[in-house]
Amino acid sequence: MRQPTVVAADQAADYFDTYSVVGLLAVVGVLFVAVAFGAGRLLRPVVPTPEKLLTYECGVDPVGEGWAHTQVRYYVYAFLYVIFAVDSIFLFPWATVFAAPGYGATTLAEMFVFLGFLAVGLLYAYKKGVLTWT
Amino acid sequence: MNDALDVALRLLLVFLAFLVLPLVVGQTEHKVMAHMQGRLGPMYAGGFHGWAQLVADGVKFAQKEDIVPKDADRRVFQLAPAVALLPYLLVLVAVPVGPGDGAVGAVVDAGVFFVLAVMGVGVLGSLMAGWASANKFSLLGGLRTTAQLLAYELPMLLAAASVAMAAGTVSLTGILDGFAWWWVPWQITGALVFFVAGLAELQRPPFDMPVADSEIIFGAYTEYTGLRFALFLLAEYAGIVVLCALTSVLFLGGWHGPWGDAGLGWFWTLLKTAVLAFVVIWLRVSYPRLREDQLQKLAWTVLVPLALAQIALTGIVKVAIN
Repeated sequence: MRQPTVVAADQAADYFDTYSVVGLLAVVGVLFVAVAFGAGRLLRPVVPTPEKLLTYECGVDPVGEGWAHTQVRYYVYAFLYVIFAVDSIFLFPWATVFAAPGYGATTLAEMFVFLGFLAVGLLYAYKKGVLTWT
Repeated sequence: MNDALDVALRLLLVFLAFLVLPLVVGQTEHKVMAHMQGRLGPMYAGGFHGWAQLVADGVKFAQKEDIVPKDADRRVFQLAPAVALLPYLLVLVAVPVGPGDGAVGAVVDAGVFFVLAVMGVGVLGSLMAGWASANKFSLLGGLRTTAQLLAYELPMLLAAASVAMAAGTVSLTGILDGFAWWWVPWQITGALVFFVAGLAELQRPPFDMPVADSEIIFGAYTEYTGLRFALFLLAEYAGIVVLCALTSVLFLGGWHGPWGDAGLGWFWTLLKTAVLAFVVIWLRVSYPRLREDQLQKLAWTVLVPLALAQIALTGIVKVAIN
């Protein structure tokens, strides 16, 4: 029988093996984009004129600047989203063990507590009228 | 040495799939849309039913002048298409196309988690483009992309969590190993939520308000030309491939088929992916564009509650059968 430390080391090696493949693919992807941009530079004409470099605004000269003041009307959704998404992340580690022998009913009850919190939060937001875009 | 060769071969296959499949979907879209609308679509390029239309488009894009507006944030503007495209390449590596460890780019233990996290990066490309263009249409497109992001991420996450619960693992290969046919009716609500949320992530009709051409020109991509514009389009079609492949792996059993799993696994995966991609095209032809607030309403009052209900159902059934 192998020592636990050896097993752990194997797992760590597997882990890094997997992600080194992912990392290699990322390198391939970056190379692809770099080659495409580089080749594009060689293939395309470069004839800039002041008019060409103007910001596009349906053919007339741009009015004011592009980074205009805007009212972000969905900011309440942003709060809701952040709260809910952070909660939901914890579902994944839990999902792998919740039905394991010895858990069963307890974890299921916990799940309903968790879902209850989310549902009450959603209901509250709905009652407060923030789920309608004003 | 053999290991290195093996990895190189896998990476090559993933990369080829990444380059070829989006073009196949694109060409299919040309032809399917055309026939649904009672016209022919491209017929000239390449001779036979215009099969080389997208190749011709690519040649054209590569020769077009690359314009970066004077007022734009130059570096961010130039980098945005790459940020939009590359996440979809990385996701493909984790998608199993057949049984066993041989038929997947890399067995990622935290598969579901990995693909959702990496797919989430893609939208940053649109946001970068929207802000860096210093164009009012682009800014509006970027703001709409953000709003859309708030709507689809959560239902997608919850629906995927339901499958992870059913399988008791977050590894994509593990999920497929545990799959049985009755998972399809069991998880069908989650599947619909996942697919609809995925359409919103890809900004495909009926959720294409961030690029709504009749309202804001082309949203975040308004100022783009040539190759960089082409990369954004490639990202959209690579996204379709990834979404359809993930939906079929998570909810429709991936390489499981009526017969011949061992030899024909790759065929079932491709077939399911292709049928879903056809549905994506079909929806584009059939449905009018929603308004941004209608998507929020759909997401928060329909998709999220449905996904929560699916999680409850999954939990009860899973504990009951144990």
